[in-house]
Amino acid sequence: MKPLPPPTGMLAELTYRCPLSCPYCSNPLEMAGRDAEMSTQEWKRIFSQAAEIGVLHAHLSGGEPASRRDLLELTAHAAQVGLYTNLITSGVGLTKKLFDDLVAVGLDHVQLSIQDAEPESADAIGGYRGGFAKKLEVANWVAETGMPLTVNAVIHRINISRAAEMVDFAVKLGARRIEIAHTQYYGWALRNRAHLMPTRAQSEKAYAEVEARRELYKGRIVIDHVAPDYHAKYPKACMSGWGRLTFNVTPTGKVLPCHAAETIPNLEFWNAREKSLGDCWADSPGFNAFRGTDWMKEPCRSCERKNEDFGGCRCQALALAGDAAATDPICSKSPLHHLIGEIAARESSDEVGGFTPRRMAPVKVVGDV
Amino acid sequence: MTEDDFTGEARPYLLRGVRLKHDQVRKCWVLLAPERFLRLNGISVDILQRCDGAAPLARIVDELTQKYQADRAVVERDVRALLAGLYDKRMLGL
Repeated sequence: MKPLPPPTGMLAELTYRCPLSCPYCSNPLEMAGRDAEMSTQEWKRIFSQAAEIGVLHAHLSGGEPASRRDLLELTAHAAQVGLYTNLITSGVGLTKKLFDDLVAVGLDHVQLSIQDAEPESADAIGGYRGGFAKKLEVANWVAETGMPLTVNAVIHRINISRAAEMVDFAVKLGARRIEIAHTQYYGWALRNRAHLMPTRAQSEKAYAEVEARRELYKGRIVIDHVAPDYHAKYPKACMSGWGRLTFNVTPTGKVLPCHAAETIPNLEFWNAREKSLGDCWADSPGFNAFRGTDWMKEPCRSCERKNEDFGGCRCQALALAGDAAATDPICSKSPLHHLIGEIAARESSDEVGGFTPRRMAPVKVVGDV
Repeated sequence: MTEDDFTGEARPYLLRGVRLKHDQVRKCWVLLAPERFLRLNGISVDILQRCDGAAPLARIVDELTQKYQADRAVVERDVRALLAGLYDKRMLGL
């Protein structure tokens, strides 16, 4: 086996607390509360270890990272140990003073979510009145410093007709990058799939309109476009391969290959509170379960695309095919690919309303798939 | 970017939030940018270390031609190719 290359990025989910309640949140349905979160010292140790094992980018995320009172101290520490620091925020909960202080301690980049290009709709999706206005304010603070701003927008049935408008909006905000991500169905998005999935016609129109903006804004904004899974021919290269480049650390210290990895039963992941981050990354059985290509079954095993898309997504394979080692049913070569068409036929629609907002109280989950 | 912007007098610089780092773990230079990093070879490091917003493009090409004892046209082509790519990725200003 080839030696394991060092990881390039760490998503630090500092907290699950968040003032917004977006129905497509990638956090798990049951979220640990404040009392279970790691301490400042524990997080600082993890950032130090991350730098030592070769992590380049530290993404400070959540939940809403500004819900942590020690965000400034953690950011300062991450910057000091040489990590490139990226604040992934809704903007809500940031004050001008805190923002200025973050810049002063070396924050490198801000990634700001927007829920829609239309203020009332945006606030309704996020479940937070005044959120949109707050985001404009934060975007202005970032623009004034000249530091890079990325806008990210998750696309679903409610805002899909304005997907391309969100690119225009990001340009007006002075963003250098925008991520337009058609909803991926995990966590809350999976739970709300029947209320979020647009029609195929809507997806195709929005996708083409966003693509057309690339040429229009060349040299002004970089567009990262995440395609709508359920209408694709091949699966996405989920996380660029399981345990290949990046990992997540949850608010309680679990080290995972992705947001949804804990939905796969019987995988053992380690906790950075108990073991070194390097060991969690390199040696935990959960990471090694789907590294490389040896775990693959047919049709992946003999597929010429296996080093391109890595068999798609393990969590989606579990959720849709009932087997985390199966080919992601999004793939047209999957024997279960017909399920995708059936789900899309049943759940995609242009009728808006009825979703369950993300919330921290444990919710009973009824069979989604 | 058009050819007009990219004259010998243009003074390229890395935009804020884009920086060179010598990576002790990978034993190489990398260019860090939002959500991206590029592994750099020796000549790319030489080019980017000169992109300080003060040095004009023509002087950067002259210096590297001298340093590498290479054909100036070839050096200029390499420098422009690297910088144009970074400009399109919103990592470089002129």
